[in-house]
Amino acid sequence: MQTDTNKIQTGTNKIHMDIAHIKFLFKQMLRIRRFEEKCAELYTEEKIRGFLHLYIGEEAVAVGIMQALKPEDAVFGTYREHGHALARGLSMDNVMSEMFGKVTGSSRGRGGSMHIFDVEKQFYGGNAIVAGALPLAVGLALANKMQNKKNVVVCFFGEGAVAEGEFHESLNLAKLWHLPILFVCENNGYAMGTALAISESEQHIFRKAQSYGLAAHAVDGMNVVEVESAASQYCNSIRNGDGPCLLECNTYRFRGHSMFDTQLYRKADEVEEWKSKGPIKKLKRWLEANDKLSADELIEIEDEVAAEINQAIVFAEGSQLEEISDLYLGVYAEEES
Amino acid sequence: MINQSLTYREALRIAIEEAMNADERVVLLGEDVGNYGGCYAVSKGLSETFGSNRIIDTPLSESGFVGAGIGAAIGGMRPIVEIMTVNFSLLALDQIVNNAATIRHMSGNQVSIPLVIRMATGAGKQLAAQHSHSLENWYAHVPGIKVLAPATVADARYMLGMALKDPNPVMFFEHVMLYNESATTPAPEDCPDMCSAIVRKIGTDISLVTYGGSLPKALEAARQLAQQDVSVEVIDLRSLRPLDTDTLFRSVEKTHRLLVVDEGWRTGSLAGELCALVAENCFWSLDAPPIRVCSEEVPIPYPKHLEDAVTPQVAKIVEAVLGLLKQEIVS
Amino acid sequence: MKILTMPSFGSDMATGTLAQWHVKEGQKVSKGNIIASIDTMKGLIDMEVFDNGTIDSLLASEGEELDIGAPIAQLRLLSENKASASNIEKPIVVNILGTDADADTDIDAIAKANINSTANNVSQSKQEANTKKEEARTELSEQSQDAQPNKPLFVSPAARKRALELGLDWRQLEHGHGPAGAIILQDIEAAQNTNVQSSSQPENSLQLEKSLQLEKSLQLKTVSQPKAITETKPTPAEMMRQAISANVSRSKREIPHYYLQLDVVLNKALDCLSIHNANLPPSKRILVNALVYCAIARSLTTFPAFNGFYNDGQYHASDEVHLGNAISLRTGGLIIASIHNAHRLGAVELMDKITDQVTRAREGGLTMSEVQDATVTVSNLGDRGSDSIQSIIFPPQVAIFGIGRPRKMPWIIDDEIVCATIVNISLAADHRVSDGHSGARLLNKINKLLQTPEKLI
Repeated sequence: MQTDTNKIQTGTNKIHMDIAHIKFLFKQMLRIRRFEEKCAELYTEEKIRGFLHLYIGEEAVAVGIMQALKPEDAVFGTYREHGHALARGLSMDNVMSEMFGKVTGSSRGRGGSMHIFDVEKQFYGGNAIVAGALPLAVGLALANKMQNKKNVVVCFFGEGAVAEGEFHESLNLAKLWHLPILFVCENNGYAMGTALAISESEQHIFRKAQSYGLAAHAVDGMNVVEVESAASQYCNSIRNGDGPCLLECNTYRFRGHSMFDTQLYRKADEVEEWKSKGPIKKLKRWLEANDKLSADELIEIEDEVAAEINQAIVFAEGSQLEEISDLYLGVYAEEES
Repeated sequence: MINQSLTYREALRIAIEEAMNADERVVLLGEDVGNYGGCYAVSKGLSETFGSNRIIDTPLSESGFVGAGIGAAIGGMRPIVEIMTVNFSLLALDQIVNNAATIRHMSGNQVSIPLVIRMATGAGKQLAAQHSHSLENWYAHVPGIKVLAPATVADARYMLGMALKDPNPVMFFEHVMLYNESATTPAPEDCPDMCSAIVRKIGTDISLVTYGGSLPKALEAARQLAQQDVSVEVIDLRSLRPLDTDTLFRSVEKTHRLLVVDEGWRTGSLAGELCALVAENCFWSLDAPPIRVCSEEVPIPYPKHLEDAVTPQVAKIVEAVLGLLKQEIVS
Repeated sequence: MKILTMPSFGSDMATGTLAQWHVKEGQKVSKGNIIASIDTMKGLIDMEVFDNGTIDSLLASEGEELDIGAPIAQLRLLSENKASASNIEKPIVVNILGTDADADTDIDAIAKANINSTANNVSQSKQEANTKKEEARTELSEQSQDAQPNKPLFVSPAARKRALELGLDWRQLEHGHGPAGAIILQDIEAAQNTNVQSSSQPENSLQLEKSLQLEKSLQLKTVSQPKAITETKPTPAEMMRQAISANVSRSKREIPHYYLQLDVVLNKALDCLSIHNANLPPSKRILVNALVYCAIARSLTTFPAFNGFYNDGQYHASDEVHLGNAISLRTGGLIIASIHNAHRLGAVELMDKITDQVTRAREGGLTMSEVQDATVTVSNLGDRGSDSIQSIIFPPQVAIFGIGRPRKMPWIIDDEIVCATIVNISLAADHRVSDGHSGARLLNKINKLLQTPEKLI
């Protein structure tokens, strides 16, 4: 997939990254990877129930984009949002607990894997309807604009959402109203079992956005540095008041759409090929090639990550379920405001 | 300005204006609300007053702009989203049912969505099947949203302001046949609150329960029945979710009979819900089966005589009441 | 040692088939290796191993279908090794319960056991509640069947409730003014206004009590409680009247009556009484009725077919004679007061009893047993009555006597015309239990006893 750079009115072309930061990116991605692997295991043991959509292979997108965001910016995600939640800074304890359905979960256990919310972190889910969050993101961006806030709203979605009317309505509204919103299309090539080639007449998602007048281009979603760089540029532009942008990140999920997926729709060697250029592998190779990551350091990172995950499991296992008597809490708000 | 009269649509306009003047977070989004002045002329003139930043003409993207309304409410605004009619709201059903209704509860009570969605509803203008729906019951079915059906000028005037103060997503249904109704300028006391049913006429022989556009028909039927010595108690539900069951049950315990007038189709109607509630809670007080007058089970037709045959009419209501009170002696 | 189990890939998946092993016993495996292919309803899905170690044993065979969580292999974990960074330890909370191998199953077993017992309790108490409901329902329907053997009768809930409040049995009404003849509120109001009584017959009133109680307990909670009844309650006499009227209707429908009568010469009885009453104050004097009642009661001891109860196609003679005395009330009602063991009482005691009962009946002070258990009835219209009475049997009794007024008549005795005081004694009896022949003999026995009145005193 080519990257087709659109002309962007920004100051700098590339952002400067130091090694510490790149290692930080590496750890963030590894943390998500190990978390997702653990979730897979817990799911086969029926500790996590319902649907489980793993982010394995796509870590660079969430991690890269989040670097460009400030705490007051808002994030809308999909049902494949564990990585985004962790990268955004939600506590792993609360995310794991949410998957276990416990009251200490980020949504009191009520949402599960697909509905992680944390208003403090401006993380608005977690949406199970494909393209369902795009209009919400547009609305929040509209509110920001009306209140003269310089915040950015980021809306993540897969390339499958592009087929829904809401994608087109949302991009149209965003440009029409000149809204401060960054649309991030995680193009992993498959909408559940449907390949992009048999679903879209125009397979370059960024071109659709361009047709609505948005600044848009595609990047290598397996390259966390490239993703961060592009996101930063767009976010600066948006904060500047230049209007909405769309970033297409070409990526690949190494696992099935969800746990219960036979993956009959793609070939094993295709999967292997993408695995060989996976984001963590890629960055690890680079770090090692540049003597920036020793074997000991790697073990240390893995241990830290393992400890955090373990701790999250202990937390989740030990947490209570929500009282059934609280069932009606939050169906309606009580107080006037 | 004593004894001035106000139409239902004017009452709505004044209510919107008042709310927008009082709170800069209130904005109105919808199709043709600005330049056109509103499909039903409710927002006529508001664009000149408040500007296009607050009276926002949206493209024909129901899902998009209703979702945007939800997002804007999350983001701290107090939007009024106008969907032109309930018929078009189907395009936004996903946003309303899957987002507006769920997000507060699903997020563990974190996210607030203080949103009002207004729409016109109902039949009677020979607009044929795709423009004549009464789907209030679909929305009243869903926990997480509130559903209102103001049937009087007073309620149009004051319930909207109350809905805007409510921190929950509120659906506001305006029956198309009510826009031209006029009454003397109402006072705030005429609209006690947002969620109570009101007994519009006190009676003893039967409880006639209805909402929205069917209220005038119910009142007229009650007048005609009074001439036949039948004392009808007319209840205007006003709020369809939550339902004011206290008022309903008190009435039926007194009159021992229930007739619900509902412009929706009988099957799965809100009237069915009311009959079930009364059967569950007032069974031992009933002296007759609870019955309903609803629309016939056909897509609403265009020609007047057929449209009238399908929808509830005064004559049908009168006939239903008399039929229920009819006495038989088995020989 | 870690037990590897059949994995769950989704909530729809209840079982999985181990289609193919990709490892052998003794083979080293690393985290992430695919060790088997699992066949599910959606097709084949790879199963990965989550730890480093060696496959110790394969517990499931290829082609075997297993439940989720069933053991399929044992994995000998690589011992603690800092170098194998991806070996994530099992959480401590699991290990507390025992060895790795048992831990998961223990938690699950305990949890499952808890859930099961709770579920059992719930379903048990549900069952109990249901059985109770069933019993109550069967009882109620049985009773309503007893009361209404033939026609289903509709009654509105409001009418039923009002009847309950008034202590009326709506089943006594044959039809109402509602749709399809349903009994509605106005019918209950009307019934109450005509001084109808609830029940005097033993079986029916017991039934009524029971069914009224059951109805009370089956009443659903209402949002607002019904207001207190402000109408005046009917007197017991009025309530009894209703039951009698219902009973005579039923009696006429169901009992095949036959009628006999006998004119009895009272001369000797009257002579006997005038001697007995000579020096007694009026309150102590015996009336001729007492003699007649005594004669009837004593005769019945040898005619069991006229003294007992006919129920459900069966007749049970009573050992005792509880003589029912029909007393008319000034309010227009009628009451049957039972004189217990009348066959053992002399005319004096009978007289006392009758007087006392008539007084108390008119004051509404009869006891429950006095109105419930008469085995036979005597109807007597007194001096201002008619010459004869043809009475209606009160079911479940099988006979009823009617005493006409004593009248002076020219009579042939021993081929001579004499002035005699004649009283007509009629007998209506249930032809299912007795026939005219025995009825005639009974009347003749009574006559015979009245010709030796001094034995009755």
